[in-house]
Amino acid sequence: MAGTEDPIKIGELDRYFAEDVKHHSGVDFNRCLFCRSCGNGCPFDQAMDYHPYAVLRMIQYGLRQRALGCSTIWVCVSCHTCSSQCPMSIDIPAVMHTLCSMALEEHVPTGAPDILEFHLEALRSIERHGRAHKLGIMLRHKLITGQWFKDMDLGLKMLAKRKLDLLPSRVQAMEEIIRLFTPDWKTYLP
Amino acid sequence: MNDLTPLEFSYFPGCSVATTATESNQSLMKACQRLGFHLKELEDWNCCGSSPANTIDPELGFNLAARILSLAPPDKPLLIMCPRCLHYLRLAHLRLQEDLYTRRSLERRWGRPISPELEIVHFLEAVVKLGPDRLHNGLTRNLKGLKFVPYYGCTLNRPPALRRQKYFQAEVVNILTALGAEAVPRALLYRCCGSFLSAVRPKVVTTLVNQIIGSAVTAGADCLVTVCAMCQLNLEIRCTLEKKLPVFHFSEILALALGAQDYEDWFARHLVDPRPLLTARNLIG
Repeated sequence: MAGTEDPIKIGELDRYFAEDVKHHSGVDFNRCLFCRSCGNGCPFDQAMDYHPYAVLRMIQYGLRQRALGCSTIWVCVSCHTCSSQCPMSIDIPAVMHTLCSMALEEHVPTGAPDILEFHLEALRSIERHGRAHKLGIMLRHKLITGQWFKDMDLGLKMLAKRKLDLLPSRVQAMEEIIRLFTPDWKTYLP
Repeated sequence: MNDLTPLEFSYFPGCSVATTATESNQSLMKACQRLGFHLKELEDWNCCGSSPANTIDPELGFNLAARILSLAPPDKPLLIMCPRCLHYLRLAHLRLQEDLYTRRSLERRWGRPISPELEIVHFLEAVVKLGPDRLHNGLTRNLKGLKFVPYYGCTLNRPPALRRQKYFQAEVVNILTALGAEAVPRALLYRCCGSFLSAVRPKVVTTLVNQIIGSAVTAGADCLVTVCAMCQLNLEIRCTLEKKLPVFHFSEILALALGAQDYEDWFARHLVDPRPLLTARNLIG
């Protein structure tokens, strides 16, 4: 957990941040009572730099950089333990996801580069095959993050049990998939 | 009394069930055959987007899920096994029902209609709604003496938007108890298995998984049963305890009780071999 922080300077707070997040996520987190239930149940709070409720608070305070740069938003696997416990029914994982995509869009240095890299690798796999090819994702992920030997024995065990397919299973109509990954303007080009 | 009028479903397996957890798929097919469910796999289905797409680009996630829905014939329910795929498909369907403009534009793009009335059901929902008699009639191996932890992980939680919809994932206990097994509920049933963090942050997930398996051991269970292929994998590969417990896909146990014979193929793929346990309980020869 992050302990000592820079003091919050009122003049530097971003008063549009909360509005932005609300607009992008469609979640009204102004309902938040700050009861902290979300953080108490979170199975991953040990791996986060801020508790989930702290992130909601940062949004309300307008601490844009701090909220977009923390690792919490990436560590969240959207198991919805928090939103199930939330007395105000706030879709907290949706807020976390929104913050992730906003962080990318605003070029804020990511709080968990390894997780971002994993997501990108999985997306590349879907873009290539239309489906997630686990062996490919894992090999590339280990290559990029330089952790070749971590989990090597596990990988071999899984291969031996035929849990990792060597060849990806593929979508036939790949043009439909590729089109989803292509920005509109590219399709206008001759 | 043995009324096995075939029931028609379209079927979306999803990436995990189709590849890493083939045993789950095979046993599901077997169970469905015994229950008289006819599954027709969607043609040319794609990934539902899962966490990566919905974290990086939620719009892409929605589009991927929408394409799957566009492949489903409107006249029969779409059956889904993976709880996470079910979430994403139902969320996408909800939006397609409400947002006529988006639905029309996607229909135009793919040249296929997307039915707003399409029924999306989880396998357990189909079993509970249509199957009690079929289950009863199909029971060939009584699961008596098998003490299982019904491990749900995050599958019972759902986004607030889906809170009004009916979910049947918690029926694992009722179905398996009806087939003779004994549920051991005093364990960490609802602790998340770690999902994709298993690949990126193994240490975090190992702690969680050891807590879960440890609690099941303390509670005196023989094994864990889960409906989610990702949970099954994480619980097996990330457990570092001395005493490990076998983790079953729900469909495996169900198919076994319904008399399936080709279980060798499924169980050989488990990292924690469940065969000694099943032999000890006289469930397999």
